[in-house]
Amino acid sequence: MTSLTPPANTPTAPDVPTDASIIEAEEEVHAGRTLADSQPPSDEEILVVEDLTVEFPTDDGLVKAVRGVDYTLHAREVLGIVGESGSGKSVSSMAVMGLLPKNARVRGSIRYRGRDLLKLRPKEQRALRGRNIAMIFQDPMTSLNPVRSVGDQLSEAVLAHHLVPRKQAMARAKEMLDLVGIPQAERRLRAYPHEFSGGMRQRVMIAMAIINDPDVIIADEPTTALDVTVQAQILEKLLEVKDAVNAAIVLITHDLGVIAGMAHRTLVMYAGKPVEVGETDQVFYTPRMPYTAGLLGSIPSLEGERDGRLRPIAGTPPSLINLPSGCPFSPRCPLATDVCREREPELAEKGDDHLAACHHSDRLAEAEDATAFFRVPEEER
Amino acid sequence: MTSQTQTAEAGTPPPPQAGDAAQGLNIVARSQGQLIRRRFFRHRGALVGMVLFFLVVLLAVSSIGWGPIPGWWDKDATTTGTVTNGGDPTLSVVPGFLGGGGVHLGEHPFGQDNTGRDYFALTMRGTQTSLLIAIIVGLVSTLVGTVVGAVAGYFRGRTESVLMRITDVVIAVPTLLLAGLIGVIVAGHGILLFALFLGLCLWTQIARLVRGEVLSLREKEFVEAARSVGTPARRIIFKHILPNTMGIIIVSATLAIASAVLTESALSFLSLGVQPPDTSLGRLITDYRTALSVRPWLFYWPGLFIVAIALSVNFIGDGLRDAFDPRQTRVRD
Repeated sequence: MTSLTPPANTPTAPDVPTDASIIEAEEEVHAGRTLADSQPPSDEEILVVEDLTVEFPTDDGLVKAVRGVDYTLHAREVLGIVGESGSGKSVSSMAVMGLLPKNARVRGSIRYRGRDLLKLRPKEQRALRGRNIAMIFQDPMTSLNPVRSVGDQLSEAVLAHHLVPRKQAMARAKEMLDLVGIPQAERRLRAYPHEFSGGMRQRVMIAMAIINDPDVIIADEPTTALDVTVQAQILEKLLEVKDAVNAAIVLITHDLGVIAGMAHRTLVMYAGKPVEVGETDQVFYTPRMPYTAGLLGSIPSLEGERDGRLRPIAGTPPSLINLPSGCPFSPRCPLATDVCREREPELAEKGDDHLAACHHSDRLAEAEDATAFFRVPEEER
Repeated sequence: MTSQTQTAEAGTPPPPQAGDAAQGLNIVARSQGQLIRRRFFRHRGALVGMVLFFLVVLLAVSSIGWGPIPGWWDKDATTTGTVTNGGDPTLSVVPGFLGGGGVHLGEHPFGQDNTGRDYFALTMRGTQTSLLIAIIVGLVSTLVGTVVGAVAGYFRGRTESVLMRITDVVIAVPTLLLAGLIGVIVAGHGILLFALFLGLCLWTQIARLVRGEVLSLREKEFVEAARSVGTPARRIIFKHILPNTMGIIIVSATLAIASAVLTESALSFLSLGVQPPDTSLGRLITDYRTALSVRPWLFYWPGLFIVAIALSVNFIGDGLRDAFDPRQTRVRD
């Protein structure tokens, strides 16, 4: 068992800043709320995505970015979507926002409170965007306009949907900055984005997303561009504002650690398709799809062998233009058999409200440690 | 950490103790506007250009007055009189002790034409007209060019094709020919209409520049973020994208003014521009071109003013371009 305390012979560095603010920030992290504190999801279905496919015609062929995604988001629920780059997680959420480039071919249905977003006219879609469904982007450094003050940009989000005087919009903007924990909000409204730190800017982005009381917040890798301490603060803030405006969150990330503490349910995507869906705990403790198991196994652990190596999933994600026949994960899967290479498995019930797309889920279920399949063979070390 | 912040501040030596830290953190960031102004005023050429331009404007407006405002010069541009001393300029700038006639304006500093009109007053009238035309042309062409370029760049697709093909057509036709045609059509309807139409042929450069800039800005994440909160396209173009292109717009507006002075002079010289009784610098040159051998000053005074205006405005534009370029950290000598 590796001890978490530093080795005794480490000299205490004399020039380490013992800044009070760092300690304070640290405390804030621990005092923050967890998913269990926040309001539980209800049965009301807010966003229903059915058989969503997105394709991009390119010179090299048709890129099948999303190949049939289904999910249901309930009110006040946090749904985590995990997957590696190119698994279609961002594209599917952009489809929900209606922000895909013009050349994208979108099929299927995205129903928000019963209205199919794909059938709306652009004007109706714009009216919904920001007001009912809001988005938080990955990179707060580039998501704010450098030449306009923060207050300007926040109040604009209000003015885009409400016929109110500018002053009132500004007051709302200030309220939101207070809510996301930016000190001296009044003064900060006049500041420009370059005067904010990365974490502060992401708070501003969160404020902008919730300023119109949306029902659904899509957070596309909201913490990827931030360092770990700030990451924790931002995630907590996200849970806090979720309760403040009573919204449901779709949390897109490639970081399983983020999902673990944040999401009620988790959807794992691979090559444009969901491969495992279930309660976050189920997915984490009893994965029924080797890809999920591989992802979990690739997380460095504080326990276990001291010099144990990271266990990556060998190979690379498939090309979205020429997908392999059968299960797209089969070329990288240690469990793959002939049936995997011939027939793509359907998403099927593997337990209580737990779906997975794999022919060999039972082998994972039988195994004591599902991640062990990805162990690097001894001779290859 | 703190000492790093402090050494970053130009010239400040790192403090001896940590106690000084608070002092070093009192760094007030310069705003973007301050930085631009600073860079502009450090640009020697631009500064000289601005002073020269200001002097030309001041001279033209104050000497013979503007509209109802009276000027300090007692002669006007239309009164004919007797030609004294062959109409030679009486302006003298060489002081007496250097063997010259002393510093004075004299009766007719820029001389007289063959009907005895005061050429100083005439040149000032011409300068006023030329400047007015140039500024209107600058405004109109910048406005049209910016809107066309921004709309084409933002909406892409068919809108872009149509707008940019129109731009291509306007570019393909020689400016002088097009402007000349307009000059003939609006001849006799006053200089304002002429300036307006001239502006409508000179917007193409700006349209292409702005379109290029907008093409890259529209892919920026802050534009996507603005769209994600439901901001309408009109607001995105005018509130998010165009403020980011302000630098190049201001610079090309300045350069458009400079080229407008020259275009107007050329057109007027071809008798396609300003029509009598109005006069402009180009018009003056054309009117007195036959007098070149007898009274050369009738030719070179307006020429001098054309060069002064075009040069000074170009220098200002040059300085603005450098000032708006944030990558420009060092000011060239």
